[in-house]
Amino acid sequence: MQQYIDFFKSQRQKIDESCAPLLNAFREKAFESFQRLGFPAYQSEDYQHTDIAGLLKDDFGFYLNHAVTGINPRKVFPCNVPNLNSFKHFVVNGQFYEEQTAMNLPQGVFSGSLNTFAKQYPALFSRYYNRQAAEKGDGLAAFNTMFVQDGYVLYVPENVIVEKPLQLTNISGGNVNSLVNRRMLIILEQGAQAKLLVCDHTTDEKPILAATQVVEIYTGENASFDFYEMEESSLNTVRLTANFVQQAASSSVIANNITLSNGVTRNNYQVDLTGKQAETHLLGMAIVDVQQKIDNFTLINHRVSDCQSNELFKYILDDEAVGTFSGRIIVAKDAQKTAAYQNNRNLLGSNNCRMYSKPQLEIYADDVKCSHGMTTGQLDETVLFYMRSRGIPKEEAALLLKFAFTNDVIGGIRLEGLRDRLKLLIEKRFRGESLKCQGCI
Amino acid sequence: MADETHDILNQFTNKDYEYGFVTDIKTDFIPKGLNEEIVRLISAKKNEPEWLLEFRLKAFRYWLTLEMPDWAHLHIPPIDYQEIIYYAAPKTKEGPKNLEEVDPELLKTFDKLGIPLHEQKMHSGMAVDAVMDSVSVKTTFKEDLAERGVIFCSFSEAVQNHPDLVKKYLGSVVPYRDNFFAALNSAVFSDGSFVFIPKGVRCPRELSTYFRINAMNTGQFERTLIVAEEDAYVSYLEGCTAPMRDENQLHAAIVEIVVLDRAEVKYSTVQNWYPGDKEGKGGIYNFVTKRGICKGESSKIFWTQVETGSAITWKYPSCILVGDNSIGEFYSVAVTNNYQQADTGTKMIHLGKNTKSRIVSKGISAGKSQNSYRGLVRINKGAENARNHSQCDSLLLSDTCGAHTFPYMDIQNESAIVEHEATTSKISEDQVFYCNQRGIPTETAVGLIVNGYAREVLNKLPMEFAVEAQKLLQVSLEGSVG
Repeated sequence: MQQYIDFFKSQRQKIDESCAPLLNAFREKAFESFQRLGFPAYQSEDYQHTDIAGLLKDDFGFYLNHAVTGINPRKVFPCNVPNLNSFKHFVVNGQFYEEQTAMNLPQGVFSGSLNTFAKQYPALFSRYYNRQAAEKGDGLAAFNTMFVQDGYVLYVPENVIVEKPLQLTNISGGNVNSLVNRRMLIILEQGAQAKLLVCDHTTDEKPILAATQVVEIYTGENASFDFYEMEESSLNTVRLTANFVQQAASSSVIANNITLSNGVTRNNYQVDLTGKQAETHLLGMAIVDVQQKIDNFTLINHRVSDCQSNELFKYILDDEAVGTFSGRIIVAKDAQKTAAYQNNRNLLGSNNCRMYSKPQLEIYADDVKCSHGMTTGQLDETVLFYMRSRGIPKEEAALLLKFAFTNDVIGGIRLEGLRDRLKLLIEKRFRGESLKCQGCI
Repeated sequence: MADETHDILNQFTNKDYEYGFVTDIKTDFIPKGLNEEIVRLISAKKNEPEWLLEFRLKAFRYWLTLEMPDWAHLHIPPIDYQEIIYYAAPKTKEGPKNLEEVDPELLKTFDKLGIPLHEQKMHSGMAVDAVMDSVSVKTTFKEDLAERGVIFCSFSEAVQNHPDLVKKYLGSVVPYRDNFFAALNSAVFSDGSFVFIPKGVRCPRELSTYFRINAMNTGQFERTLIVAEEDAYVSYLEGCTAPMRDENQLHAAIVEIVVLDRAEVKYSTVQNWYPGDKEGKGGIYNFVTKRGICKGESSKIFWTQVETGSAITWKYPSCILVGDNSIGEFYSVAVTNNYQQADTGTKMIHLGKNTKSRIVSKGISAGKSQNSYRGLVRINKGAENARNHSQCDSLLLSDTCGAHTFPYMDIQNESAIVEHEATTSKISEDQVFYCNQRGIPTETAVGLIVNGYAREVLNKLPMEFAVEAQKLLQVSLEGSVG
């Protein structure tokens, strides 16, 4: 941790250089917080199975000067998912890839770089940037705020509907161990609607590529936001994300996180339901094997009455993979008529994989409907037998069952093209074929 | 209906604790505070062998290095461990040889509590060990049990008469390094019960220990050790009460159970320590470590607990399933009212093949109380075909109380099947209305519903206890519709 404190002190000027002054204004406070909090302690209640400080102890390179790489991501990563007609953006090693071509976005919508947003909309930026992360985040969020130099912003003004989905591809690559700090700010005003797909890719297999990512989402009254994330990286990748969601009345958010290939991943979700009849759906799926590690942490805060939250996380583990799920739902004292459901289902495929599950409820109101469930086990022998007795080979039967198992999560995706692509990818994965989403090498 | 509900609620939450009297009896105290001298003094008072004193001192030194755990969902006011008297005993000459020598005041106390110490008067046929403050007062039916080879006596007696057994098993399930309160107990424990069921013996009576705190400013630190040899069976019950006092008193006990091949131990608790008054003043801090180990194959441990008392409860009766095909079960009803806090649950550690565990936990919270279930299910790598099912439900009876569930599941074997489910809700108005329609008044209806809700657990209790537990539930809650 000390290395980062020293590094920040010595490189402060260089970090600030390429960034908007408004963005730099947040660093000092974050630096104070980070010095106070440090990285979340390993084996503490919320980080029992992921050692953040350990993961970041290596000497990582930072892309401080953001030299233009000369890569045209559109050529390197031509996303070829059929039926997925989207506005495409790229973030290369933490920096937003600016393009000249106009996107034909609806009037008033901003979809672009964090620095540009800070310059063009200073009032909005100051109002929303780092508000949730500073208030609810831990040392890791502070770390990100200290070092972040660019990121992505989506701003949809009142009653504007962005029909076409937006797609953001995060690309990390390099030939030395490096750490990138990414940031996203999503603001949907009253009645606005949008869908965002984030694909996470790493280009190199060899060096350790670590990324921290802080996402702040604000939805106004009646707004609706779909947030899909897909991670397809390599065993040497470390991905640490913190997602903060704040929802006003009657807004709806779907956050769906798919982990297909990765190294070590930790995703934090903190959702605050601050307006009545707000609705949250948190879905997650991980298919992990070899030494992959996936750790999803969710905290849903029902602060007011009449809200609904629904969580479903499904893991398929094999080889020496380690899966962790911690879910916490807090229903505040006056949050009557809350409906909160939490579900975690896991399939274990080998005797060396491990699953840690912690579905928790903290309830301070009496007129609520809350439940949680967790199961861990294998494919049902009798069902397999039933299918085999009808002439389906064992492997095929197992594949069908596993496929069905993932379908609840995949089915929750409201982008047809993505859904079909994921089905294809999962099928290939189960068949032991290459997993890469073709266009993205 | 709301008014009526409110009245009924008030009526019942205002019901007083029935066992809050103090017995005026000469008590032998040692000075308050905790240091090595005190530990030596307790050991000397009990006339203990050197090895036990060593055990206490090791535990005490280790305890000094620890800090009080703060991970539980409890608000525990700071405890000054130097303000507690660690040993208090009703004064007797040499230890009572028979009933006539027992102080009549003491007998009255236990009569008042409904604990039959006069063997001739007993109808239930239950053998009882009565513990007041720090020492065991009287164990009944001892001779009768001895005929079959069953040892049932106070812990101090066991140390004197069966040192080999005590030495062999003491600390084997809950080592003194286990946790803060286990270390504290290991250093200062004063008495408790010792049960030994030899090979192939089915204990003919239910064994029971009754704990009573009487003296002021004292803590109670008892220790129970139960050993069931191959093919043995015993059902053991535990009950407890304390006087009403404005200050909090500490109770930190340890229960260890060792079960060998094919043996079975049933351990039932009706915990009714003084819970404090309506403003949350006073009451017992109940910080207990209970653990059983299924050492042998096909051995079984059943924990059943009805928790209605104590200002703060911190208690996780656990099973370590070492033997193949062993079974651990945990049934719990935890009721909290007024300002009570409970953080209770279980741990099921699966080590052997084909081990099974089952957890049924029913939490009922009322008033301004906080009630948490905390449980761990761990399936270790070698535990082939382990099976667990957990169910923990919470019932909320007021809008100022809290019900929380903190399950932990660590699974490291692919052949395991682990299931957990939990629901939280209040008593549905439909159910109450349905009963009303059929002429059942609201109060009775709620009693019925709560009883039905807890039935699955109450059914697991031995008859006499089930009756007591049901009465307790009524005292605490009947009539409180959310």
